[in-house]
Amino acid sequence: MNVGIVGYGAYVPRFRIKVEEIAKVWNGNAQAIKEGLFVEEKSVPDGDEDTITISVEAARNALARAGIPGSKIGALYIGSESHPYAVKPSGTVVAEAIGAVPNVMVADFEFACKAGTAAMQVCSALVRAGDIEYGMAIGADTSQGRPGDALEYTASAGGAAFVIGRDPLATIDATCSFTTDTPDFWRREGRDYPSHGARFTGEPAYFTHLLGAVNMLLEKTKMSAKDFDYVAFHTPNGKFPLRAAKMLGIDKEKLMPGLIVTKIGNTYSGASPLALTALLDIAKPGQKILMCSYGSGAGGDAFALTVTDRIEERRNKAPSTMSYVNKKHYVDYGTYVKLRRKLKE
Amino acid sequence: MRNVAVVGVGQTKFGEHWDKSIRDMIIEAGLAAVRDAKIERGDVQSLFIGCMSSGRYAGQEHLGALAADSLGMRVPATRFEGACASGSLAFRNAYVDVASGRHDCAIVIGAEKMTDVKGPEAITSLAAAGDQEWEAAIGLTFAGLYALMARKHMNDFGTTREQLAMVSVNNHKNGVANKNAQFRMPISVDDVLKSSIVADPLRLLDCSPITDGAAALVIMSENLAKKAANPVWILGSGQGSDTIALHDRASFTEMAATRTAAKEALSEAKININDLNMIEVHDCFSINEIIALEDLGFCEKGKGGRFVEDGNIDINGKIPVNTTGGLKAGGHPVGATGVRQAIDIVRQLRGDSCNQLKNPLYGMNLNVGGSGATAVVNIFGREMKQ
Repeated sequence: MNVGIVGYGAYVPRFRIKVEEIAKVWNGNAQAIKEGLFVEEKSVPDGDEDTITISVEAARNALARAGIPGSKIGALYIGSESHPYAVKPSGTVVAEAIGAVPNVMVADFEFACKAGTAAMQVCSALVRAGDIEYGMAIGADTSQGRPGDALEYTASAGGAAFVIGRDPLATIDATCSFTTDTPDFWRREGRDYPSHGARFTGEPAYFTHLLGAVNMLLEKTKMSAKDFDYVAFHTPNGKFPLRAAKMLGIDKEKLMPGLIVTKIGNTYSGASPLALTALLDIAKPGQKILMCSYGSGAGGDAFALTVTDRIEERRNKAPSTMSYVNKKHYVDYGTYVKLRRKLKE
Repeated sequence: MRNVAVVGVGQTKFGEHWDKSIRDMIIEAGLAAVRDAKIERGDVQSLFIGCMSSGRYAGQEHLGALAADSLGMRVPATRFEGACASGSLAFRNAYVDVASGRHDCAIVIGAEKMTDVKGPEAITSLAAAGDQEWEAAIGLTFAGLYALMARKHMNDFGTTREQLAMVSVNNHKNGVANKNAQFRMPISVDDVLKSSIVADPLRLLDCSPITDGAAALVIMSENLAKKAANPVWILGSGQGSDTIALHDRASFTEMAATRTAAKEALSEAKININDLNMIEVHDCFSINEIIALEDLGFCEKGKGGRFVEDGNIDINGKIPVNTTGGLKAGGHPVGATGVRQAIDIVRQLRGDSCNQLKNPLYGMNLNVGGSGATAVVNIFGREMKQ
C-alpha cells in the first residue's frame, strides 16, 4: 500500500503584529516594505509558546485527522531552528505529551527552514522500510529577527505536523533534495539572532536550490510543472515563491491558497509544511500537489504528492489552517518586544 | 609620441557574479580582449590594471602580478588606483607607455569584485575614496557627498528633482539592448521619484549599483595597429586633480579636474568638444552626469538639468550620452568602469555597438574618481591623428 500523509495538523499562535507597527518604530516605509516583501503582518508567539508547544498542538491535530493514538507513533522528528534547548531534545517532550513514549525513535532536526520536510523524508523512508508503522514529522519555529533588521518584518511563529504511514490521505509519490554548502544565512552557537548575506540569499541561495530541487523532481517523475494542481514553496516572504513559480511557468493561482505568509509571516521550518496543510484543507481526491522547502546553508526538499479519497473523511477532524490564520489578536511593538523577550537587562 | 590604437576589447557581463572570483573575471575579460585583437598572449609586452579596492573586497592585493600570472603574460605588470577612475588611469598610462615607444603592445584591464562583502562593508570601502579624516570618519558616504552637490545645484540653478531622474531614465533606456548590462529594464521618472531615499535628494534609482565585473582592451603602436582588422585610434588623453575633500573646493557644483582633463585631451586630439559624436560620462549618481555635461562644455554651468530635459543626451539627441546604459544601468564595478567606458566608445567607432550610432567619428570618455579629486578624459577617433 502507498506511503504518504495519513494525518496533518497546523498551529499558528494568535498574536499578530502589523508591518506598519514595526515600521513606525524603525522609521520604515510600511507601504514599500509591504509591497517589497508581499507580507502584511506576522504571527507572534505568546510568552510561554515555543517550538515544543507549537509542535504539541500541531501533532495533536495530525493525530486527530489520522485517527490513531500517539502510542502508534514509532518515530518522531521535529525540524526547527529554534529548539528551546541547545542540548536536550524538543522531541522527547512532544513524544511524552502525545503519548508516544517509550517505544519511539526521537531526534531533533536542524536545517534552517527545511528540517521539517527532512523529517517527512526520514519518516517516509522508515515506513517504506517497514521499521515503523507510523512516523510523526514536524516543522515548527519561533524564528528570530534582530530588532531593526529586515528579518524582523517577517520572522514569525507556527508549525505543522504530519503523521506518515500507509493508507494515506495524500501519497508521497516522490521526493528528492538539492543540497550544497552555501552560507547565505546562519546563527552561531550562543547568538540570539541570525546573520544573513543580504542579496546573496536570493539567486544563489533560495532560487538555485528551490528550482534545483523542483527540476530534479520533475526529471525523476517525468512530470511537468504544469501537471500539478497546487504548489507550496518555502515562503521567506511572499515575493520569492511567486517569482519561483513564474520562473517554472506555474500559474499564480496554484500557489495563492497556500500563500498564508502574507498574513502570518515566515514561520521558517513551519513555512512550507503549513502551506501544504492549507492546500490539503481544500484539495480534492486525485489532485496533485508540488511542495518544495528551502533551508539556508543550503538545500531544497521537493515532494510530489497525490491527494486520495481518504481526504474527505479526515479533513474536518481538526481545525483548518485558515481558522488559525484568521484567529488573531493584534499587539503593539512594546508587547511584541516583551513577548519575544527582546528586552535585555 | 607615436599614434596608438585599440585593437581588441573584451569584458565579463557586469552584475552579481556569486561564483566568480576577481581572478576568474580578469582571465575572462583579458582573454576575450586578446581573442578580439586576434593576437597571441605572447604578443603583449606590458600589462596595466586598474582596481580600487581588491584588498578590502576580495583580500587580494598585488593585482598586477596576479593578472600577469593568470593570463600567462610574464611582462611588466602594474596596478593603478585612483578610486572610481582607476580603470582610466591604467588605460592612460598604457597609452603613454606605447605612445612613448617603450612597448609596442599592451593590455589594459579594469576589475572589481564587490559582492563578496556585505552592503555596509562595500559602502565603507567606497568611502575610502574620499577624505578619511575629514569626510568618511564623520560618516559621509559617497551618496551623501553627491547629495550635497545635488542639493547645491538645485539651490543655485533651479535644477529639478525630475531632471535628475531623467538622467537615470536615459541610462536605463540605453541599457536595455546591452547584454553586458546589470539592469536591462526601462524605468520612468515616476519610478525614480518613488524609489527609496538614499541620501536626500538622491534616491535609489539615482545611484549606480554595486557590481562585479572586469573589462580589458589591447592597444598597439601605429606600425602594428595598421595591420589590425579594425583599429580605433586614441587621439588624446588628459588627467586632472582637485582637492580630495569636497568642502575644500571653491565650488560644490563644478569639477575642476574634469575641466583640466578635458582641456588637455581635446588639445592633444586637436578637436573641438562639439566635434564629438557621443560620450561616456561618469554617472555614479545622476547629478554627476549633469555636472559633467556642464564642465565638459556641452552647456553653460547651471543649465545641465535643462540640457537633459530637452532631450539632448538621447541616443538621437545633440550629444548621445552613455549609449549602452552608463554606470547606472550598466553597473559600476569601480576599477573596471573606465575601461568599460573606453570599450563602449571603441565599439561605437568600429561599428559593433549594441545601440549603434550612424558613422560616428569621435568619442570621449570621462571617468571621475571620488567626488571629483581625479578625472581622466580619453578621446578616440576612427581615423588616425595626422
